[in-house]
Amino acid sequence: MKKSLCPVCDVEVTLENNTEESEIISCPECKTRLVVTSLKMKSAILEEAPKIEEDWGE
Amino acid sequence: MVTIGLLHTTIRGDEKLILEAAKKRNVKVKLIDVREEIFNPKNYKIDFDLALERCVSTVKGMQATRFFESLNVPVINSSAVAAICEDKFITSLILQKAKVSTPEFALVFNTKQALKAVEQMGGFPIVIKPPLGSWGRLLAKVNDIDALEAILEHKDVLGSPWQKAYYLQKYVKKPGRDIRAFVIDGKTICAIYRHSPHWITNTARGGIASNFPVTNELSKLAKKASDAVGGGILSLDIFETDHGLEINEINHTTEFKNSERPTGVSISGTIIDYCIGKVKKL
Repeated sequence: MKKSLCPVCDVEVTLENNTEESEIISCPECKTRLVVTSLKMKSAILEEAPKIEEDWGE
Repeated sequence: MVTIGLLHTTIRGDEKLILEAAKKRNVKVKLIDVREEIFNPKNYKIDFDLALERCVSTVKGMQATRFFESLNVPVINSSAVAAICEDKFITSLILQKAKVSTPEFALVFNTKQALKAVEQMGGFPIVIKPPLGSWGRLLAKVNDIDALEAILEHKDVLGSPWQKAYYLQKYVKKPGRDIRAFVIDGKTICAIYRHSPHWITNTARGGIASNFPVTNELSKLAKKASDAVGGGILSLDIFETDHGLEINEINHTTEFKNSERPTGVSISGTIIDYCIGKVKKL
């Protein structure tokens, strides 16, 4: 299991084994939408997910 | 072994389901974050059979699609299908031309013409939508002239050029729900009701999904609509009216993660099966 810190509330976030780069997840503590920007063997870098833009959708 | 290039921006639950379905079918998926690519045709190396466009950004998805098509890589959905479905006005025009039942609509560029268009459509209430947009964003149900003038003035002053093309649609009174049908290659594989006490029923806006058993009427209408826009992997938003079902909008990069459970249908699996079939026909 890879671990990282929420960039908003600093709580430890555990990522599922099948997590992908660019995946959107929620912080279990503060519920902020986060994006996985980098994945390494045992760690990952999380950033706040980008805000919704005008052309986003289905 | 079939390899699919999955064109993406952020990866949502929907893309995760597609990855799982591909793994189960022994299909290799190459994740391509289009935001990180250099789309230079002179240097680009293709190492997949087919591209599946799943970008949350319509602009990025369309540009990536056109790039790969230019290199003779088949993309699902094609740029031709996406160009129709991404624009509500074009979708409505195509449906109208193909005689697919759809609510009355008009596009205007100023308030004076908007008032005339509302009259032509039988008066208020009407719905204003940006021609390009999704998830129920910036939709307005307009009940009278005062509100119409205020909304259009705000769009004129604050909006991007796309907000200044006013797509007007006759308001359809819904029974607290609408229908979303998932249609692949013209076949309706499943459908859901989207329940909401609000007139906007998008699940992105809190609408609740439940199974809608597919009927003959729905299948026939969906096939006709799918054929009109060019087929592929689509979801259709459908209104129930006194005179039958009407197609409201068509989505070409459909979100489905909340619909597999209520319908019991593996939409992600059907998407991958469709891609495999396409590759085998190459």
